[in-house]
Amino acid sequence: MKNPFENLDRVLEHRVRLQIMSVLIANETYDFNSLKEVLGVTDGGMASHIKALEKEKYITVIKSFVDRKPNTQYKITDRGRTVFRKHLDALEALIKQQKR
Amino acid sequence: MLNDFRLFTLQSKVLSNMKEIHEYEKDLASIRSVMERSGKFISLSGMSGILAGVYALAGAAAAYFVVHYPISPFDFRIYSITDDGTLWKLIAIASVVLVASIFTGLVLSSRKAKKAGVTLWNSTSRQLFINLAIPLVTGGIFILIILYTGHFGLAAPASLVFYGLALIHGSANTYDEVRYLGFCEIGIGLLSALLPGFGLIFWALGFGVLHILYGAILYNKYER
Repeated sequence: MKNPFENLDRVLEHRVRLQIMSVLIANETYDFNSLKEVLGVTDGGMASHIKALEKEKYITVIKSFVDRKPNTQYKITDRGRTVFRKHLDALEALIKQQKR
Repeated sequence: MLNDFRLFTLQSKVLSNMKEIHEYEKDLASIRSVMERSGKFISLSGMSGILAGVYALAGAAAAYFVVHYPISPFDFRIYSITDDGTLWKLIAIASVVLVASIFTGLVLSSRKAKKAGVTLWNSTSRQLFINLAIPLVTGGIFILIILYTGHFGLAAPASLVFYGLALIHGSANTYDEVRYLGFCEIGIGLLSALLPGFGLIFWALGFGVLHILYGAILYNKYER
């Protein structure tokens, strides 16, 4: 069997990024502030992780205005969905291998 | 000596791998909890459920005096509504109860959200709102048609059934208790459809008593 470590996604090894992706898998779209609330992360931390995921094109940003206030929503891309699934499979394989 | 050293590095490698495995297990566990939390609206106020129930009972009492008084509400009648004036009075009472309940729910839920340091209007509550609104608006239009065509006896059962469907539809985005409340509302609604003429009693039971019960359960479980 191939080494499952190789299938892990480097970007998603960071837990907060993995959690952001989880939220976006479970929800069609999610806004910045709600993400911050759910994950309990600071403004700055959240922004840097979001940027990293955006750079990899795992998520897309939808900017709009609600009551003249800027509203930023995030959405997972097809690429992000595939990578997330692959990463989860690798995690599972790793844990299974360890238990044997 | 060299062997010892190699054994040592091998051991530390295994150990560090094991530590990583533990971290990966934590990763997987956190995915689950984050998915759960991100999809649920938990600022729903139990106290507002209790108050909505009280408003509904008051509304039912007012309706009784408009329609049936002095006949006992438990006596069977087929023709409760005989003129347009009565109908409009009932619609007015129902509207006041509805608006007061929604207003109380919004105020108390936003207070609860503020206390928890979250916003009331977020992705989850928006989803909850849409899920609730589809069956509710459908039901509302359906009831207007019922009233327009003169099948007054079916208005109360229809409102209970559609409300129950809305709760079940929305329950994926909030507390599980909401789902059970939904099933109870549908049950009472169907029973009420079987026994026309007792609409007011069932309405008071479904919107009054059940709301007070459910609100008290929610309050005890999450707000004390």
